[in-house]
Amino acid sequence: MATTTVPTQENVSRVLRSIWAVIKKIPPVYPVFFVLFAAVVYLSPTYSTMNGIMAFMRRTSPLAILAIGEMIVLATGGFDLSIGSIVTMVVLGSSLLLNNDPANALPAIGIMLGIGIAIGLVNGLVVSYLKVPSFIATLGMMLLARGGALYWVGGAPKGYFTDNWRMFGRGYIENVPVFERFPIGLIILIVIGLLSWYIFHRTNYGKQVLAIGDNVRAARLSGVRVRLVRVLAFVLSAVFAVIGGVMIGGYGGVNVTIGEGLEMQAIAACVVGGVLLGGGRGSVLNVIFGAYTLEIIFSLLNLLGLPKPYKDAVQGLIIIGAVAYVALSSRKKR
Amino acid sequence: MTTVTATRRTFGQLLRSIQIPPVYFFLLAIFLVGGILDLVFSDGQIFSNPAIRLNILVRSVALGIVAVGQTLVIIGASIDLSVAYVVSITAVMSSFVMQGDPNNIPMAILVVVGIGIVIGLVNGLIITKLHVNAFITTLGTSLILKGIINATFSNYSGSVPRSFEYFGYGRLGPIPVSVIILLLVVVGGWFLLSRTKFGAHLYGVGGNAEVARLSGLRTDRVLIGAHILCSLTAVLTGLFIVSRLRSGAPWVGPDGFYDLESIATTVVGGTLLSGGKGGVWGTLAGVMIFSVLDTTFNQLGVNPYLTIVLRGAIIVLAVASYTFRSKQEAA
Amino acid sequence: MTQEMPVANAAPQAEKPPVLEVQNITKRFPGVVALDDVSVQFMPGEVHAVVGENGAGKSTLMKIMVGAYVPDSGEIYLNGEKVSFAHPQEALAKGISIIYQEFNLLPERTVAQNIFFGREPSKLGVIDVRQMNKNAEAVLNEIGVGSMITPTVLVSSLSVAEQQLVEIAKAISFKAKVLIMDEPTAALTLTEVRLLDDLVQRLKQRGMAIIFISHRLNEVFEIAEKITVLKDGKFINTVRASEVAPADVVYLMVGRTLDHYFPPLGQPEEFGEVVLQVQGASNDFLQDINLELRRGEVLGIAGLQGSGRTELAQALFGVTPFKTGSVTLYGKGITMRTPAQAIKNLVGFVTEDRKTEGLCQMQPIRDNMLLTVRSIQFVFGAILKDGIRKSRNLVSTLGKQVDVKTDSYDREVQYLSGGNQQKVVLSKWLASDAKVFIFDEPTRGIDVESKASIHDLIRNLTRNGTAVVMISSELPEIIGMSDRILVMWEGRIAGELPANASETDIMLMATGRTANGSMETAAAGME
Repeated sequence: MATTTVPTQENVSRVLRSIWAVIKKIPPVYPVFFVLFAAVVYLSPTYSTMNGIMAFMRRTSPLAILAIGEMIVLATGGFDLSIGSIVTMVVLGSSLLLNNDPANALPAIGIMLGIGIAIGLVNGLVVSYLKVPSFIATLGMMLLARGGALYWVGGAPKGYFTDNWRMFGRGYIENVPVFERFPIGLIILIVIGLLSWYIFHRTNYGKQVLAIGDNVRAARLSGVRVRLVRVLAFVLSAVFAVIGGVMIGGYGGVNVTIGEGLEMQAIAACVVGGVLLGGGRGSVLNVIFGAYTLEIIFSLLNLLGLPKPYKDAVQGLIIIGAVAYVALSSRKKR
Repeated sequence: MTTVTATRRTFGQLLRSIQIPPVYFFLLAIFLVGGILDLVFSDGQIFSNPAIRLNILVRSVALGIVAVGQTLVIIGASIDLSVAYVVSITAVMSSFVMQGDPNNIPMAILVVVGIGIVIGLVNGLIITKLHVNAFITTLGTSLILKGIINATFSNYSGSVPRSFEYFGYGRLGPIPVSVIILLLVVVGGWFLLSRTKFGAHLYGVGGNAEVARLSGLRTDRVLIGAHILCSLTAVLTGLFIVSRLRSGAPWVGPDGFYDLESIATTVVGGTLLSGGKGGVWGTLAGVMIFSVLDTTFNQLGVNPYLTIVLRGAIIVLAVASYTFRSKQEAA
Repeated sequence: MTQEMPVANAAPQAEKPPVLEVQNITKRFPGVVALDDVSVQFMPGEVHAVVGENGAGKSTLMKIMVGAYVPDSGEIYLNGEKVSFAHPQEALAKGISIIYQEFNLLPERTVAQNIFFGREPSKLGVIDVRQMNKNAEAVLNEIGVGSMITPTVLVSSLSVAEQQLVEIAKAISFKAKVLIMDEPTAALTLTEVRLLDDLVQRLKQRGMAIIFISHRLNEVFEIAEKITVLKDGKFINTVRASEVAPADVVYLMVGRTLDHYFPPLGQPEEFGEVVLQVQGASNDFLQDINLELRRGEVLGIAGLQGSGRTELAQALFGVTPFKTGSVTLYGKGITMRTPAQAIKNLVGFVTEDRKTEGLCQMQPIRDNMLLTVRSIQFVFGAILKDGIRKSRNLVSTLGKQVDVKTDSYDREVQYLSGGNQQKVVLSKWLASDAKVFIFDEPTRGIDVESKASIHDLIRNLTRNGTAVVMISSELPEIIGMSDRILVMWEGRIAGELPANASETDIMLMATGRTANGSMETAAAGME
């Protein structure tokens, strides 16, 4: 600009208005997350250290991965309530399969993935071909998987996780420039995140998922193979749950109730991340930050000295608040 | 020719209107299967034992009462995931207030009924006024309740006086009081749904909220009413449980899976998840299917985990039998 | 533009004051003036039709009269008294009721429960079921259908015609003085139309004013005494049915000479080989379909609603496939069993209702445009930069081709106007490279300018060697666009007409009459 513009009131307000237009477009999850993060940093400066941040990332990666898988199903307009039980199955089953022998790790993962794919297939087929509402189908599967897992290990967890297994959930790569310690869980999340971002936002498959959730009839009449897309969505969700389960097992150890409630947390993370429960909208990055937001709230509550029970209460309030906010703001648009 | 087809049609339609919910055939089937297994594996000892037959009924009470409430809400095209914690908070609070003293019973009941009404009201208001999805709303309130309960009580608290145990253990002649109460609740639910304006309006709101609105109905009020009634049935279940356990603990609700199981039995009973169709008799059958299953397998010494597996399978298969023929895609 | 046709005076008669009158009604929606200073009078004991093209304002006018919309300006008078309604219930209480095309019924409830929904006879909240059923029976008898419909059956078990009767009974039970019906005969068979007609006559004799919207001029002239024509939100005229001919009304509706309206028809030398041939095909809705479609031609499909036109399109496209008979596409025998298969075979289907069948409202324009391409490619197609660039280029090419007016292709489709939305739907099919196009009501509910550009587009398609099947309820469109016309009736093809057939010829066939005016007695399906 050759000429100098005098900052008149008009110019200033125009600039402010365009900044505001940009701000309005930012999905609410980001400002919420950063505000909460700032609060946490204020209360506990460890969070501002690289170590602290990386520890947070390590802790949160499994939920983020679960949430991405759930998002794909939610985007088609369905629900996947079985992912918590899948995690339970993975944790219990693999501790059994490992039998304290690190050499069994890879085969165990393979078997778990196989089981996951099978579960996802059954979910998808029941919903697509038997026309059972996904809420019910995955609810049934949740019981099936949980019962099956408990039966398999005879009700009590057996054995520990070997070190190489724990690496997925707990491990760090040391001496990384800038980041110091980089959690392996975060690496997995980044890989999965990029992969799912690509699948969901850049491939035809992802667009078809959104189309089905938006208007299944229009999608079908445009040649979308609705049933196939749905089945794949459930398979992906189950596979991501398996991956998350491997990491959770490695992080927290073996525990019978480990998977319970995770599906609700994943759905909550998605909702905070702007996913509509009826389908048609979704974003991988927003959902990851939705998971971060959930976890940062937990951290905040811990730092505030609130005992665990309050964590649940606040989580509940946040979920309602987030959805109410989205619902009210979309009403205003209309 | 029109008259002939008219009479033929109306007779057929008449038959259809005395609908026996198809779930009763499942119940019959489960009974038969159970009976056969019984004969084969334990010489018929299970079903011939009156104590066991009683057990089946009593097992049905806790879930049955709250499932009736859930059925109401689902008919209205809504859902209530908070019932498990309403059960918990009722159990804990009532036991706490009673402190083993029969004089405190009325006060305790008043307190928990009040709590139930408030929770139902809150659920209903958030769903109708803030337009938050019912799934999310009741998930949220359940978490809030969970937090409050666990923060205040960490173990069994207080106790229930002997006289109150009449609810859980008492009998009127050969029939347990609890079963009578269950039947009263079911009949009450049936009456409400099929014979009152509220019930008719609830079906309308669940079937097509737009039509209901255009007909001048206050759809908000109807839905809020349904949620309050659902919470109250959860309160009743909580009172039943605490009268059997003699003291209330925070985990009784979630441990019993009352949230997901009340939904499951409602749907297995033939009520549509999308609302507008269904009824409490079907739900009762659904509850009994689970009870028969649990008792039979328990007696046969089957691994309890397999029972869970079978439960899951039955839920899916039962609903699939209703839906596989429909042209409508579910999500 | 002088009109040389008898104009009925719409001025009030000395004997009867109007039961319902609207004066100077104006209603605006964002971007469009739906009604512009409209005044109409409706007399008691009279059947009054309101006609006009799509978007002329008929539905809006009805909705204002029943209190579903509030006018921006103007007054409504009921029996001479000024009224204003904030909610349809108020209008209903005053005796104005409406029956929409999509009925406001609860399928899983009984007839009686539907009729008295919201005002069930009750004491202390408990419904008196017997009384309610009795009341329902009384109302049904009042309109003479008590023998056909029992109050205790579920509405879902009734046919469409019977459900409509339930709606009418419901209106009567509100002591309606004015009954408004939106496309009442749309989903009825011929016999059912006759029954409805008898009922309407009986209601008329009770002094009710019956107002109905219809596109079927044939029926309008049979049933109505007065016809009001709306065009582009303006009142054109009210005429007496006995004093005018259908062509005159059409002229009022359209208001311009037809050959300025449409692109020129195809010439015989432009028509190529037969690309689609159907022989003796039937399914649950269609019987004995025989047709041929040649490359480069526009085959118009005319007929009344319910005659099976959409079902034909759906059969050709694989939505509800044919069960018997043979279909040959490009010389290869094939039966479409799924839309995906049809698309693979280069058949495209631009459906009737873009909102529920054509577009994914929350998705951006570009994603809607590419939807068929994506279905064919399923997963990839956007690998590497080349893929992304290719799809971006395709989107902008398509956008220019159909002339979509938007600032960005990333905008969600729900924010576009009706005409632009339809263009997006068209571009989706252009992207699929289809060689056979089926259009079902391609210009319904669209502004005039977009209509013209879509018509040009269709003709350009045929010039490029595509074959087009075009279903339309708008006779001018059929006549203006078709190189040949097939007329459907009761699930069959009633006959074929050459280009530039007259509306009378089409109408005759569409109502099952042969050229000399006698009714065809087709074998099956006739009661």
